Amino acid sequence: MRDTQDLATHSSAGSQRAEREVYPLIPPADVLEDVDGITLHIDMPGVSKSGLKVEADKNTLVIEGDIQFSMPQGMEALYAELQSTRYRRNFTLSGELDTEKTIANLKNGVLSVKIPLRAEVRPRKIEVHAS
Amino acid sequence: MFGNATAFETLFDELRRMEQGVEQMYGRSAPGIRSVARGTFPPANIGATENEVHVYLFAPGFDAKSFSISVQRNVLTVAGQRVLPIDEKATYFRQERFDGEFRRIVTLPEDVDPERVEAKYRDGVLQIKVGRREVAKPRQIQVA
Repeated sequence: MRDTQDLATHSSAGSQRAEREVYPLIPPADVLEDVDGITLHIDMPGVSKSGLKVEADKNTLVIEGDIQFSMPQGMEALYAELQSTRYRRNFTLSGELDTEKTIANLKNGVLSVKIPLRAEVRPRKIEVHAS
Repeated sequence: MFGNATAFETLFDELRRMEQGVEQMYGRSAPGIRSVARGTFPPANIGATENEVHVYLFAPGFDAKSFSISVQRNVLTVAGQRVLPIDEKATYFRQERFDGEFRRIVTLPEDVDPERVEAKYRDGVLQIKVGRREVAKPRQIQVA
């Protein structure tokens, strides 16, 4: 039933335009690596904790956010540079990252994600003993 | 570390980003005299109700106190600064986020009242509300 409805919507006139408009935005990201692992900072203005989804499995990191902010009733749009209400961005991860220990933090619309390196692949300092 | 170029999804993201840029460049054939090129930071959305004009600036990671907002006649100016800390010991693979000072100038409808401006900052969105003057009601003219 649901599928039929979806098909019907898609085949209606102007569907291409409608589809384009639902493309999620690709939020800008900074990605850096230090001895502990990978850190990402992603600009997602308008996203609160409840509208955010961060998923890290072995191979991929998926970040999705819904833009939610209060708008007065009966508002008419005069101008819009931001034309979507969703963000989505994916990254491919590699095996030396310990995704189980991923930490995410959202503050003022900036998402910070830390994925540590597995303990066994971290550089170890080897002490040299003088004999 | 990140297999960026190999992931198809990411490749399409890049294409879409480019496509959006092109669209934005040619989207408006006769822009307003004070309008700016798309892709300017921070992006702005403007909406209006009968009594107010609402401006939304998508400027994440700022200290609310660092914004400077002024309205002169119907021109709104917003300035701010975001300095991203650089970790000297880290390797950067991507640096796409805005860093530095911005100043955005937005032309509002003619009937805004510069005396009635309110601003708040939530989840990285700066929301500015400007009151509108009461529109004069059409006058009925009696024919004698």
